[in-house]
Amino acid sequence: MSQSYRLSNEGLLNRNKEISFKFNGKKYNGYEGDTLASALLANGIHLVGRSFKYHRPRGFFGAGVDEPNAKLQIQLNGHSEPNVNATEFELVEGIEASSQNCWPSVEFDVGAINNFLNRFFPAGFYYKTFMWPKSFWYKIYEPFIRKAAGLGVASIEKDKERYEHKYEYCDLLVAGSGPAGLSSAYSAAKNGAKVILAEDKPRFGGSLLTDDVTIDNLSGKAWTDKIITELKEMPNVIVKNRSQVFGYYDHNMTVMFERTGDHLENKPKYTPRQRLWYIRAKEVLLSTGSIERPIVFGNNDTPGIFLCAAAKEYIKVYGVLVGKKPLIFTNNDSAYETALEFKKQGVDPIILDTRKEHSSELIETAKSQNIQIKFSYAVIAANGYKKVKSALIGELNNDKTEFKNSEIIKCDCICVSGFWTPTVHLASQSGNKLKFNDQIDAFVPNISKQNETSVGASKGTFTLKDTLNDGFKTGFDLSKKITNNNNSTSTPNSNETKKNPHDKFWCSPLPKNKNFKRFVDFQNDVAVSDIEVALREGYRSIEHVKRYTTLGMATDQGRTSNLNGLQLVANVEKKIVPQVGHTTFRPPFTPITIGTIVGREVDMEYMPTRKTPMHTWHEKNNAVFVDAGAWKRPRYYKQGKENLFEASKREAKNVREHVGICDVTTLGKIDIKGPDAAEFLNRVYTNAWLKLPIGKARYGVMLREDGIVMDDGTTTRISENHYHMTTTTAQAANVLSHLEYYLQVVWPELKVNVLSTTEQWAGAALAGPKSRKVLAKLFPDLDVSNEALPFMGYTEGNLFGVNAKIFRISFSGELAYEINVESDYGLFMWEKMIEIGKEFNIQPYGTEALSTLRIEMGHVAGPELDGRTIPYDVSLEGLVSNKKDFIGKRSLQKEAFNNSDRQKIVGLVPIDKKTSIPEGSHLVLNKNAKLPNPKLGHVSSSCWSVENNNPFSLAIVKDGKNMIGKKLFAVSPLKNSAIEVEVISSHYVDHEGKRVRS
Amino acid sequence: MLSIKCPFCGYRSQKEFAYGGDGTIRRPELNQDISDEKWNEFVYLRKSPRGKHVELWHHTAGCRQWFKVQRDTVTHEIFQTTKINEEIK
Repeated sequence: MSQSYRLSNEGLLNRNKEISFKFNGKKYNGYEGDTLASALLANGIHLVGRSFKYHRPRGFFGAGVDEPNAKLQIQLNGHSEPNVNATEFELVEGIEASSQNCWPSVEFDVGAINNFLNRFFPAGFYYKTFMWPKSFWYKIYEPFIRKAAGLGVASIEKDKERYEHKYEYCDLLVAGSGPAGLSSAYSAAKNGAKVILAEDKPRFGGSLLTDDVTIDNLSGKAWTDKIITELKEMPNVIVKNRSQVFGYYDHNMTVMFERTGDHLENKPKYTPRQRLWYIRAKEVLLSTGSIERPIVFGNNDTPGIFLCAAAKEYIKVYGVLVGKKPLIFTNNDSAYETALEFKKQGVDPIILDTRKEHSSELIETAKSQNIQIKFSYAVIAANGYKKVKSALIGELNNDKTEFKNSEIIKCDCICVSGFWTPTVHLASQSGNKLKFNDQIDAFVPNISKQNETSVGASKGTFTLKDTLNDGFKTGFDLSKKITNNNNSTSTPNSNETKKNPHDKFWCSPLPKNKNFKRFVDFQNDVAVSDIEVALREGYRSIEHVKRYTTLGMATDQGRTSNLNGLQLVANVEKKIVPQVGHTTFRPPFTPITIGTIVGREVDMEYMPTRKTPMHTWHEKNNAVFVDAGAWKRPRYYKQGKENLFEASKREAKNVREHVGICDVTTLGKIDIKGPDAAEFLNRVYTNAWLKLPIGKARYGVMLREDGIVMDDGTTTRISENHYHMTTTTAQAANVLSHLEYYLQVVWPELKVNVLSTTEQWAGAALAGPKSRKVLAKLFPDLDVSNEALPFMGYTEGNLFGVNAKIFRISFSGELAYEINVESDYGLFMWEKMIEIGKEFNIQPYGTEALSTLRIEMGHVAGPELDGRTIPYDVSLEGLVSNKKDFIGKRSLQKEAFNNSDRQKIVGLVPIDKKTSIPEGSHLVLNKNAKLPNPKLGHVSSSCWSVENNNPFSLAIVKDGKNMIGKKLFAVSPLKNSAIEVEVISSHYVDHEGKRVRS
Repeated sequence: MLSIKCPFCGYRSQKEFAYGGDGTIRRPELNQDISDEKWNEFVYLRKSPRGKHVELWHHTAGCRQWFKVQRDTVTHEIFQTTKINEEIK
């Protein structure tokens, strides 16, 4: 069977290039320009999948985005992708496709038993069945549903493909390149507008490729080629095929994906697979066309049943016959064009027209070509399991509610047309409240909420002449509004056949005693009977009916099922469709890969990596890094076979005994300048700032207006009106925004400027009893004695020719200095310190040792300043001035903040002096108490105290001030631990703070 | 994604901005006695109007200026943006 359904002369394929591919393990051939669907149909393959719920055999139904059935698993370039729409996927050499949702094979599927049990699977089956007993949910129901749910299999491999994002701005975005899109893009471009024309399919032209029309005495295809060629040559136009505008957001922001890679046989290495475009257009023109809707009848999901327009497209574009004995079932004239195309290929179709005998241009043409037409006839049901073999047809009575008779008619495919539904998704997403047009029995755009305009079939204009007139005029009008140019293009003359009105027939009645399944939604297996059940059970809102039955909820978003579903609800409810309303249209219009949404923001590019100037030194010296926001900070420097615990203990001990050096570049630094700087700091911080002398640093705490501690740090007065503020690494950005807010919005009268200088300064902390000795050697000209440079002092020095700022501040509780130089000299400073410090046993220390040192000193940090603590809680109430006002002060008067048993920070030591207390443990009085066991507090920070050689933790505990000396349990159900601890002071080392002043 | 006109930089994508809440809230003056109720109202209570709303935005990835935006909370239409010291008309 090699392409036996391929026509020899028809289609827009490249017949010189044959392409081989595999489907369910078998090898087939197609041509360049085929879709996977057209290539399979050329080979006579119709059965491609099994339905979602009943596992019924399913074949192709549409020829593009309308396809509800043919979702395949594709293997390409070493990755596996589920749910690929075969009617859109372009054939490339070497792809392997396989059917989904079937086992062991699509031909023999065990799950098809569901089809025979279908009366046990009514609408709402899952809701009704899996409710009870409750204990079954976790072990039985959920795994069962998970296994049954979904269609394809997502790959667990990492996606190695490249995806990109792009931003573009234009005057006019035209979505769709049919006659409406081409004419409006062309006339707007000719009038000087910057235009983007986007076409979802590989070929431009839309209906012009298949309709028997002429424009400017050219065929639709020829005219399309002429216009596209001209547009591509214009510098103000971007023309994109394989590009679908799939979402419409606020302020005329649209998103489009471009399929850049999958159709290429040898994709260059850096060519992305797909590209996501964010397009902000001044005007959006929606020329998205329309989709044919089916007529509902018995077993209408059998493989071999197609939409008429799809059958025509397979002939005209792909040169493929979907059958050799076609039955055409229609309520309107457009299906006759499909019949005529069959006839042209020497195939004799039979037409069933639900309308009474009448005459139109197309009907007469068909008659003149001896095509058999049966008026007032409809298909009752299709026969055949894996492929249509015949159809049960009948003559309709006068009001079309019953059949007068029935007969069986042989056929190998049924092409159905129930008229056309405008594609209004983007208009609806833009906020346009749709209105129902009962001439065409469909919703059309109404009043625009954004700058969008629909043209052509997407607004229900189904004649070429009107579409072209409208397109050329709208393109001109919109462009004139933007460019003020006045170059209008005249509409070319066109020729088309005139069509009669359609018949409002959408569903074949069910003969008595017959129980054919009549599907409304193929992809989610929703039949007429399911919707009737939902209505019988009391669901009224269309949104509820949708969710209960899953009508229109599949990946095809009800493109072919939506209106028939609404029609059915309206009929049962004895309403009309506009009273039923419609469900919400949501982006994306068709499924889009996660990779496209993510774009390049993966791996290294997921977020920027911030490295300090000393990073290379850390790397060379076996630093193990930890992420601190976007920063990479050394967590510890590994020596030999040390682990984290051993290394951090060694590093911390070395600080306590000798001297250590730590990279503190990541601390937030804010330069504050202006005559009102002192006043501003006085309002921002809880303590007093007006009298800080030049050359002195001060520790400060800032609150939010609700009284919660926001951040802490030191600020140094560099000169009269110049201060240098430091923030914690984590809060740097928030603090800057906070300061800017108060300066710009609340107190604009203050003459102060703030600027982030975090990246301008490299910082190193020199800490330990021998730090002064290192400092003295670093700055031989400088008097660094305790008298000249006391605790919280500041001076500037010359570090081998480099200007340095020297702050005598300490986080470790030891005698310590922080030295800042311009970032470019950071590495130089660091290497000098290491070199000079060698004789004093200097060692670098990472964040783990840094934490150990601050925890045993009782200094608070992020885990304590967790957005829930006020100054009292973290024993910083001594820094709260009662003489002046500041941000958040009023909140501190709140009753809850002043309870006598208010939480407070304490220290914890395990009774056994051995067991480390997990951070996050809860503190309780009795570990065996009945649940819920009253919680007294939590462990915020833990370390191994190098000073006392046992574990030590900080905790925030209720009534902390009266808890010292008590015994509690630190329990962590996650770690399954319950450790008895003694509550002690949070200052475990150097209570009086002598060392920092030594 | 909104397109917001920064009074200093012109139209920019929403990505560059941070939302700053109700723009009509006035912080009570410093060093004034204020009732619990009034303070509470300032710290915690915000209206959530349907329709026109004056709010603050911060051009965090741009000029770092705070400014006022009058926006419709239903349609997201932006009627006006002004500098902090200018009035929304």
